[in-house]
Amino acid sequence: MSIDRTTAARVAKLARIAVPEDALPKLADELNGILSFMEQLNEVDVEGVEPMTSVTPMALPQREDVVTDGDQQAKVLANAPDAREGFFAVPKVVE
Amino acid sequence: MSDLNKLGIAEARDAMRAGDVSAVELTEACLSAVDGAKTLNAFVHDTSEIARDQAKAADARIKSGDAPDMCGIPLGIKDLFCTKGVPGQAASRILEGFKPEYESTITTQLWDAGAVMLGKLNMDEFAMGSSNETSVYGDVINPWKIDDRNLTPGGSSGGSATAVAADLCLGATGTDTGGSIRQPAAFVGITGMKPTYGRCSRWGVVAFASSLDQAGPMTKSVRDAAIMLEAMSGHDPKDSTSANLAVPNFEAALSGDIKGKKIGIPKEYRMDGMPDEIEQLWADGTAMLKDAGAEIVDISLPHTKYALPAYYVVAPAEASSNLARYDGVRFGHRASLAQGDGITEMYEKTRAEGFGPEVQRRVMIGTYVLSAGFYDAYYNRARKVRTLIKKDFEDVFAQGVDAILTPATPSSAFGLGEMKDADPVQMYLNDVFTVTVNLAGLPGIAVPAGLDKQGLPLGLQLIGRPWEEGDLLNTAYVLEQAAGFVAKPEKWW
Repeated sequence: MSIDRTTAARVAKLARIAVPEDALPKLADELNGILSFMEQLNEVDVEGVEPMTSVTPMALPQREDVVTDGDQQAKVLANAPDAREGFFAVPKVVE
Repeated sequence: MSDLNKLGIAEARDAMRAGDVSAVELTEACLSAVDGAKTLNAFVHDTSEIARDQAKAADARIKSGDAPDMCGIPLGIKDLFCTKGVPGQAASRILEGFKPEYESTITTQLWDAGAVMLGKLNMDEFAMGSSNETSVYGDVINPWKIDDRNLTPGGSSGGSATAVAADLCLGATGTDTGGSIRQPAAFVGITGMKPTYGRCSRWGVVAFASSLDQAGPMTKSVRDAAIMLEAMSGHDPKDSTSANLAVPNFEAALSGDIKGKKIGIPKEYRMDGMPDEIEQLWADGTAMLKDAGAEIVDISLPHTKYALPAYYVVAPAEASSNLARYDGVRFGHRASLAQGDGITEMYEKTRAEGFGPEVQRRVMIGTYVLSAGFYDAYYNRARKVRTLIKKDFEDVFAQGVDAILTPATPSSAFGLGEMKDADPVQMYLNDVFTVTVNLAGLPGIAVPAGLDKQGLPLGLQLIGRPWEEGDLLNTAYVLEQAAGFVAKPEKWW
């Protein structure tokens, strides 16, 4: 598996990280280096092996479906780069 | 008493209870040590006012006779832990200015036990790194020095390692996703323990790879690790993977008797090109445990070789998902936008400015291995290999092995900047002995065991059965006593 410039650009887009055009070849190289390191995993016979979902055998705990928290608008917004009138403010999303 | 900052947790506890020392004196000694060690760049956010208030309260509590073990003990807290009203950035630009409105469960428990917060400690950005060179605060410097070079304290808990080794605090919190407690502990000659996955709550600790992350203590002795781990442990309903198990008295487990215990020596940890000194240290450690009455058995963990590549699929995959929350909307940094930029440009510019190169790399690798068409080939395959790695350990424990002895790191501390031009994979090899433990969710501890010929510390690692931290700490205690490591870095800062 090899990552070219186009794939590197696509991955950057999916990850929502702006990567300048001239940085794409180096990024592709680095990603290729890491991926070729991962290729070793193809040597392992994983036939019939379950993928791990939980490192400790445990059932996820359940609780009553009731409200346990809330009324913390000010705290929730306290760290926002732009909060107005009780909301998070963002650039225009729809035309 | 002079140099109070040089005390360990157990000694300080006993001295405070005996009335020989006050928490205020101890805290002042640490605060002036922190002040005099700015060069090391270990402490990055000062909380001396909080520390002084907590110390006064601790003294009152000790006088009244109601003092838990950690009461009055000055600690450093890794920047990954949210502490209410105190800046916490996970050493990242993207969390610039973030002041959590809440307190992590672990730090809540520590303050409830009377411990004192000296400040927040430097680390690799989002705990991604093995040399503390990816931090927005700059590199942390190892207090050990053998020539003109500044050495790395390891990572990601590099600030914690330096702070403890340089006696700026009595103990520090660390977190360990692939070796981030044990590798830096080994690089600076202190004890560092990662408990069983689920022993310590992850709530309020900035997430890197949730199925691997565990917090733990970094201390000057095994006894101190036992005391501090007990205060950090326990069930937390706010972390769905927190184990609902009683926390034993870990210090009481330190009997010093390991007669009849079976210690496994895994042949796969004998790596090609491993320095002779590490090989020798491992053999010496094995002999020490044998002399103490343990039975030494050769074991095989056949999938060891695949642990690092599996880790570098699973951890970035989880990181790409966890770090999706840093979008410039709810907290931290937002890039300034150009005319006409929409929300996508805001995300992309914010994350490009806010994340450093290593974090960007891992987020993108994670994005790639989770993307349509590659999910099965990489992510699912890695999770299957992870199952096999865990089974390797289960098999040897089923044969009656109580603990496994390995080197902690493949080398001693290297110079800051020396790996700058290396391939990222070269840096990842630092975790070759520690990462299996995270993949299998097991407890592991690094104990300082000797100096290499340059005069730098080397550590050994013990790996235990799940939930048997007490037994593991006891074996580590025997190793510590036998190794008799007392070397300290000479103060030059």
